[in-house]
Amino acid sequence: MSESITAETNDVTETETTVRQVRSAADIMAAAEALVFVSDEPISAKTIAEIIGEDKDTVLAALEELKKEYEERQGGLQLREIAGGWQIATRTELHEDVRKYLKTRPSAKLSLAALETLAVIAYKQPVTVPEILEIRGVQSASAIRTLLEKRLIVTKGHKETVGRPMQYGTSKEFLIQFGLKDLSDLPSIEDFEDLINQ
Amino acid sequence: MDSPIEQFVFDFNKETAEIIADDRDELKLRLGQFAGPLDLLLYLIRQEQANIFDIPIAKITDEYLKYIRLMKRLDIAVAADFLVMAATLIEIKSKMLLPREPSEETDETIEDPRKELVDQLLEYEKFKSAAQMLYEKSTIEQAVFRRGRIETDDSNAEINATVFDLLTVFQKILLRHKEQVKMEIEREEVSLAEMIDRLRQRLSSESELNLFTFFGEMRSRRELVTAFIAVLEVVRTQDLRLIQKQTFAEIYLRRI
Repeated sequence: MSESITAETNDVTETETTVRQVRSAADIMAAAEALVFVSDEPISAKTIAEIIGEDKDTVLAALEELKKEYEERQGGLQLREIAGGWQIATRTELHEDVRKYLKTRPSAKLSLAALETLAVIAYKQPVTVPEILEIRGVQSASAIRTLLEKRLIVTKGHKETVGRPMQYGTSKEFLIQFGLKDLSDLPSIEDFEDLINQ
Repeated sequence: MDSPIEQFVFDFNKETAEIIADDRDELKLRLGQFAGPLDLLLYLIRQEQANIFDIPIAKITDEYLKYIRLMKRLDIAVAADFLVMAATLIEIKSKMLLPREPSEETDETIEDPRKELVDQLLEYEKFKSAAQMLYEKSTIEQAVFRRGRIETDDSNAEINATVFDLLTVFQKILLRHKEQVKMEIEREEVSLAEMIDRLRQRLSSESELNLFTFFGEMRSRRELVTAFIAVLEVVRTQDLRLIQKQTFAEIYLRRI
């Protein structure tokens, strides 16, 4: 009874012991889902990858797959990308029932002036107060104050020109409150060209 | 011409200031809230059904000035920016009225005095629409909910320190004092009232006080004990809390 030596070389990959546990795609999806669920803030694929010890692209693929499952299921929850991370949240269709339970009312809306100022800052950041004035044709001091208070905008240093005016840009809170993945998620400003005259 | 859906229809010729002045709120609603002179201009252009690329500048200027005058008569504060625009419109209007002089160079195209304004209006229009988009996005976002916070040791940034934690700190200090050789000098003892005052003074300048540091400043055992009692007293009677940033970490005294 001679042993076959060649069979051993074929088995090398299977018997190779790895330090970390090998997860299946389903396991990775499950782990990612659990982490997204417990995370207070939107959590990035990179962070999830670091915690579970998998590579980022694998985690990203798992999240995309999971997102599809949520969509197909047509349940009460959605998995979405927002503010540079992933988040589980209720679907918009159910907002009335949820509101009844939470007993919350929609929060105060921004004024037209504040929204316009915010739009200018979002699209033109970093932008200075005089630059905002040029576009809007009005002083925006109180609108800027409101936006700062609501943490929707932040200062982004000074412009290196005469007077070194302060520059403003949008914050992470802005992305969260407006449901944006990141700034590129904003429609192009050219899309708004002359809608009124069409 | 009449669009009943349009809530901002306002015939400058028919309406007079006196009638409308009765109800200021209604006036605001009917005239519309304009976010600025450009907003008002766009509205007037739309109302006149004019072509933004060929603005009837005389007519628009007149309508604009009528509006400003109306606001003034009603004692509605007119922002300076509206007045600047009024001046700009008048300037453009007068430029348009002047005969165009034949240019010296044959190829030079004389710039339309309206051009700068039109460019500004078009640019503004984009951001006005973008603002509308943001409004819609935020409305959708308000219909989306996340689950509430989960308490963890890290998220629970501060744990209320108990008196026993305080005793631990106190013990540590006592030990430290023992090791230091001190000259016993007759000195005025600090009373409890004075110690409490000292505590309050420290807290008025800093929002929180590290108790380990505070106790460490005591020069004798008696002072130390007084300080300890002062802290207990102050926590009991006033709006101050004992905080630990982490389990077994330093204790702070803080205003609520």
